[in-house]
Amino acid sequence: MGNGTSIGRVRGLGSAKSGPHHWILQRFTAVGNLLLVLWLLFSIVQMPGLDYASVTGWLAQPVVAVPMMLMLVSIFWHLKLGLQVLIEDYVHDDGLKFFVLMLLNFYAVGGAAFGLFAIAKIAFTGGAAA
Amino acid sequence: MAISILHRITGDGLAIVGAMALVWWLVAAASGPEAYAYFMSWAGSPLGYVVMIGLTWAFFEHLLSGLRHFVLDMGAGYELNTNKAWSLFLPVLAIVMTAALWFWIMAEKL
Repeated sequence: MGNGTSIGRVRGLGSAKSGPHHWILQRFTAVGNLLLVLWLLFSIVQMPGLDYASVTGWLAQPVVAVPMMLMLVSIFWHLKLGLQVLIEDYVHDDGLKFFVLMLLNFYAVGGAAFGLFAIAKIAFTGGAAA
Repeated sequence: MAISILHRITGDGLAIVGAMALVWWLVAAASGPEAYAYFMSWAGSPLGYVVMIGLTWAFFEHLLSGLRHFVLDMGAGYELNTNKAWSLFLPVLAIVMTAALWFWIMAEKL
């Protein structure tokens, strides 16, 4: 266990401090996922049906749409951080690593955007039943 | 070591299959009854059930091994016997939780 990189030690600044930021965000989003995904699982099991009208009517409620949106942000942020570590561990070629990390960022931001837009559309148009 | 590998494998599965399935479900619901019916025809198929049961297992496994990481982050649980006991117990608990959830789902449906 060191005290940062050698250049950091020379400057007396320690590590670049972006590592702890990544680490702590992974924990914050982990707790977010724990609470929100458990909420989603219990909500789905308790719903009277999973047909189109029930699901869109359920998603249209503000107390459902907002936690769902928060859950998407938490999930996609967490999976971006987690898969980034995986890629950094196993992909050693610099060019390939750049490319795969870029794809991961596209996937995380794009997936979250699709999910958020879907919930927003259902919520703002009132769902099928309403 | 197995519990660490399980944490990564279940994380990958949730990140790719789980997140895509979730977004597909939401986009289908936002796109209209036909798109939603098409999603449900997959979700309600035998393959759909295998994927959903697999995802719930992966979620509980990843959740429990993730909580183990929180404990280890706090500097606790490093004694060899303690560490081994938890790493053997948590995967069993994840299977029990998955089975309990699906028994509950089946009970609600009947």
